[in-house]
Amino acid sequence: MIDAFLEATIRWATPFALAALGECVSERAGVINIGLEGSIIAGALGATIGAGVFGPTVGFAAGALSGVLIATFFGVFAVALRSDQIITGTAITMFSLGATGTLYRLIYGAAGVSLSTPTTGVFAVPVLSSIPVIGLALFVQPPITYVLYFAIAGVAWWLSRTQAGLALRAVGERPEAAAAAGVNVRRVQFGAVVFAGAMAGLAGATLVLAQAGTFVENMSAGRGFIAIAIVVLGRWRPLGVAAASLLFGAAYTLQNLFQSLGLAGVPYNLFLAVPYVLTLIVLSLSRSGTSSPAALGQKEIVSR
Amino acid sequence: MTLPSVTGETIVTPAQGRGASIRVSTIVGGLLRALVLALVAVVLLVVLLTITGQRTGDALIALVNGAVGSWYAITSATLVRAVPLALAGLAVSLAFRAGILNIGAEGQLLAGAAAATFASLAAPQLGVFVIPLLLAAGCVAGAAWAGIAAFLRQKLGVLEVISTIMLNYVAFHTVGYLVRGPLQESTHVFPQSFNIDPRAQLPLIIPGTRLHLGFALAVVIGIALWWWLRDRAGGFRLRAVGANARAAASAGRIDVARTTTVAFLASGAIAGLAGAAQLSGVTYSLYETISPGYGYTAIAVALLARLNPLGVLGAAVMFGALEAGANAMQRDAGVPEVLVSVVEALLILLVLAADRWRTRSVRMAEAST
Repeated sequence: MIDAFLEATIRWATPFALAALGECVSERAGVINIGLEGSIIAGALGATIGAGVFGPTVGFAAGALSGVLIATFFGVFAVALRSDQIITGTAITMFSLGATGTLYRLIYGAAGVSLSTPTTGVFAVPVLSSIPVIGLALFVQPPITYVLYFAIAGVAWWLSRTQAGLALRAVGERPEAAAAAGVNVRRVQFGAVVFAGAMAGLAGATLVLAQAGTFVENMSAGRGFIAIAIVVLGRWRPLGVAAASLLFGAAYTLQNLFQSLGLAGVPYNLFLAVPYVLTLIVLSLSRSGTSSPAALGQKEIVSR
Repeated sequence: MTLPSVTGETIVTPAQGRGASIRVSTIVGGLLRALVLALVAVVLLVVLLTITGQRTGDALIALVNGAVGSWYAITSATLVRAVPLALAGLAVSLAFRAGILNIGAEGQLLAGAAAATFASLAAPQLGVFVIPLLLAAGCVAGAAWAGIAAFLRQKLGVLEVISTIMLNYVAFHTVGYLVRGPLQESTHVFPQSFNIDPRAQLPLIIPGTRLHLGFALAVVIGIALWWWLRDRAGGFRLRAVGANARAAASAGRIDVARTTTVAFLASGAIAGLAGAAQLSGVTYSLYETISPGYGYTAIAVALLARLNPLGVLGAAVMFGALEAGANAMQRDAGVPEVLVSVVEALLILLVLAADRWRTRSVRMAEAST
């Protein structure tokens, strides 16, 4: 019972953690990418198309690439032109939701046609998967979850232990100082935005290829915005972000459980609202304080 | 965390502004700008239609006919669609002017529509007086829904962009619950409310069309807001806070917290009114998809109007025409209607880029002198 619950929690948490890990890097470089939602839905459609033709592995690659495409679009306006990050991100999300909806209908016909995509099964890691309680949860998952484990460790190491990671953090805290030290601020920020796009694209691909097995318009359903809240809850640290994602994985697991139990007379819509209410509660309880990058959202490199 | 001012406007005090009445050049400039934007929208649409392999000619004919092809199309399709866009656009522009990024017009609109549905239940007792009641209920519900985000922002420092978006989803699912629960029509077959009492329906302002009182309300509120922002001390304070909250507090001794909270609530009230007007003027019943994203399109409307309330009215009519035309395009030429949101998003991005380009060239000119 408990191991099944943990298994579902990690499965649902995977797309959140992927997207939030990307956003974490982007925000550490000082860019708040509200267009993350746009990258997720683009990744979902890209994965559907890619997997439909060449199978799930190519699907994931196509998803990441689609996420990068949308993020590049965001980067051109928000990083290169220094437009307002939040308005740009909102517009990018609108663009992506509209574009994916249009493309989906053009490629697969009118909405409502059910479409089934090949999905990746679970892979049990030998030995580790037989650990009691957590074995099933951590090591009997779709391959993308294992990619996530490496990504979390890799990003945590890269941010704190490498020269490039230090430069990126400097850009997010004091861009003018980073620029004076010879760091190309815009290039670093653009790179961080592109990375976030790739991760969000993978998150979208996960929704299609490891969970739903189909594409639905607007299927990202606000996950990009929730991922931004997860970054706040995770204190802008990769391991914190991973832990915070588990909370949302658990919320989705419980939501599905309650829905399937069909608690007497309670319409399912109220359960659907739970993750969003949870996000509001989480944001209210976590003070951003000093852990937020100092130059987050700042337009100009040279301030004041 | 620094949140940049969205407007980047120069603040003119009411005293300075009052002397200069509306200059002809401003009006001409505004109209020219509108014309350019409309042209850009059409060009974008043609490009998108072409690259997605649609029959561009047929689609454009359907678009024009659906939007402005007849008196009925203008009044009953374009202008009727412009009403929620205008009201929600005014809501967004008011908040943005105060430096509050209220992305929650959609949720506030839904809250307003739901509250108006509840209020319409009082129709048998109140007769025609139910209309002011349900409009007021819409305003109160919209303000209350915005009030949650305003409270979280003020007391707990929660970024309103995220909280308002979350509240949009909560509002959507709550309406979904209401129309399957307490407000469901009596046969319990369809996920929607009963039709509201005819006495609770907004009167039509042009006979033979579907244009309802909400249009007049939007125009009046737009003009009032424009005058208030330009000529009143309260409007000045609001603009000062939006342009630079720190300077407004220190140099102008303005109570920033109070000003932003009031602006946030007022913004929610106007968005709530949009929902109430849509319910009692157009749909007459509540259902989940009562708003096909009016609250999001409103952001495009507000930004294209450069947050000017009079401009919002014009931009709303333009977007109303675009959406009415897109609806006809889907019906008659099989072009997915969602294509329009791509055009809208691209317009926002182009306007942002153009504004950045202008401020940059102004700065360069200043630097070189």
